[in-house]
Amino acid sequence: MSAPVLEARGLVKYYPIGGGPLRRVAGQVKAVDGVDLTLGPGETLGIVGESGCGKSTLAKVLAALERPTAGEVTVCGRPVGRLRGRALRRARRDVQLVFQDPYTSLDPRMTIEAIVREPFEIHRDLAPRGDRRARVRELLETVGLNPDHCGRYPHQFSGGQRQRVGIARALALRPRVLVCDEPVSALDVSVQAQIVNLLERLRDELDLAYVFISHDLSVVQHLADRIAVMYLGKVVEIGGEDDVYRNAGHPYTQALLSAMPVPDPGLRGRREEIVLTGEPPSPIDPPRGCSFHPRCWKADERCRAEPPALTAWRGAGHAVACHRPEVWSPAGGTEGEVSATR
Amino acid sequence: MSDLLESLPGHDPGAPMLSVEDLQVEFATAHGTVRAVNGVSYAVGAGETLAVLGESGSGKSVTARAVMGIVRAPRGRVTAGAIRLRGVDLLTLPEETRRRLRGTTVAMIFQDALSALNPVLPVGYQIAEMFRYHRGASRREARRRAVEVLDRVRIPSAARRAGDYPHQFSGGMRQRVGIALAIALDPKVIIADEPTTALDVTVQAQIMRLLGEIQREHGTALVLITHDMGVVADIADRVAVMYAGRVVEEAGAHDIYARPAHPYTRALLGAIPRPHLRGKRLAVIPGAPPDMSRPDEGCRFRPRCELAGPGCADAPPLYDVAPGRASACHEWTKVIEG
Repeated sequence: MSAPVLEARGLVKYYPIGGGPLRRVAGQVKAVDGVDLTLGPGETLGIVGESGCGKSTLAKVLAALERPTAGEVTVCGRPVGRLRGRALRRARRDVQLVFQDPYTSLDPRMTIEAIVREPFEIHRDLAPRGDRRARVRELLETVGLNPDHCGRYPHQFSGGQRQRVGIARALALRPRVLVCDEPVSALDVSVQAQIVNLLERLRDELDLAYVFISHDLSVVQHLADRIAVMYLGKVVEIGGEDDVYRNAGHPYTQALLSAMPVPDPGLRGRREEIVLTGEPPSPIDPPRGCSFHPRCWKADERCRAEPPALTAWRGAGHAVACHRPEVWSPAGGTEGEVSATR
Repeated sequence: MSDLLESLPGHDPGAPMLSVEDLQVEFATAHGTVRAVNGVSYAVGAGETLAVLGESGSGKSVTARAVMGIVRAPRGRVTAGAIRLRGVDLLTLPEETRRRLRGTTVAMIFQDALSALNPVLPVGYQIAEMFRYHRGASRREARRRAVEVLDRVRIPSAARRAGDYPHQFSGGMRQRVGIALAIALDPKVIIADEPTTALDVTVQAQIMRLLGEIQREHGTALVLITHDMGVVADIADRVAVMYAGRVVEEAGAHDIYARPAHPYTRALLGAIPRPHLRGKRLAVIPGAPPDMSRPDEGCRFRPRCELAGPGCADAPPLYDVAPGRASACHEWTKVIEG
């Protein structure tokens, strides 16, 4: 594989919890707790997990909007953590964010032109003032919007069109990587498909790499080359589409896949169901040992005491953080013993 | 109380548990009158699950609110149609009677349990209120019954948690409280409006399972409002697909996925990412749903439809496609043949 465009090593992000009138730090939210990732040029890495698993924090740290508590992000070979001022700004260009909610991520008092143009006002060396208007129109056309509408305001657009504006703004600085944080979750199914297709087309045309974050496993499966499953700030399983969706080894991945609603009534009652008890624990005080053990049907003494490391398992590029991984696929074809608690 | 319903005019034990007939609901907005629901009809029997599937703005929630009687003047108005429980038309009843039916006969589960609950009262108190108001239970009896209900929705240590406030519950637990509030008085009809949309998939699976169990135990008629075709496939007996204020297709769950009879349903099914479509472009419905403040006499799906022809300038009636199946498309034979 050619040199990665984005790399994370031992990434940790803790947020202090301010406590009481004396403003002492009462604890820490361990939002991201030791994540390693590599993203090759033109590659799409899907990140799935439930709310509170740290996927949005990871997005912000990868885009250098937040500084990690520990660990390092490398963009096109440059370690971002040591950069300051102009050099940091330059590095940020290469990684841009697309946000979930196209209703709140666009300034309602700015025209579409001003929104898409703003990156050029900050990174002035990228396009001379006289060229900017033409660049904005070009960008709007790229994402499938009518450039003649550039004088309109966000409220005059539908949700899908607003998400296109957000994508145009993210593309303005010609990034190598787009970090998309739940980019289609707020959209209706019919519009969601338009945006998914747009992202695929842009990836091919502009040679972009994506970090695609979503709780929707079917959208991630559609787009991603590799998938990382996060639970309580850690990657618990990572691998290719076939590894994660058809040969999942981590019990949490298996539970997610089994809970994924499938649009086929013919499969009703024929899929193996794993219904987890409880909800993800608090990232302020994660369980000792394997953080998944309180909800896991296979947990034993070792799981309660010793946190499992993300270890290579089966094929190349497939790694699982579980002491007792077993192959499982949602169609019901299981190898080995998997007994699900109901 | 069920005897209340039996004593009302028009009661017919042979009539469907809930039927909505040609319902119209209008809202006064700054941009003029919006007819959010434009002639919706559907029916659900006891023990049956009807999924009302639609995208935002299709009128699916407004229909549900009209059934509950919480579309309120001056902004919202039911302008035509009937809503019947076992034949009794709710729209002709005095408000006081409707209030007595709410909770006891027909109840609703909201998407966002946090805004459906009173933030300054303990959850146990809010459930106990139902027993005090509708059943005339004593304070003590009502509290005991509330704990029982919290136990039924599997809230751990229910007796202790009954004293907690809504914000002290996690999202999934809060939705259980919302369900507890709805099932407290064993209503005959439950309307669940996107009950799991705000929840994570593993928690969604727990909640859907719980709803299914409650429904089977009590033979409740369940109306599940959702935009998620996966959830529909998992639990619905029948499906009503809504678009721009109308039911455009109604069918059994298996039929609608296997052989849709309306181009909108077919397009929706094509737009879902599925494993075998990986690496391919998804089928797209061009354009966006229509602006409901600008009425159009023709088929509202026409501007986005690949089969649209001059005939579509006349609004299609709901054609009978097969027993129990209907489609509001002039060209339904073409659609169903694929």
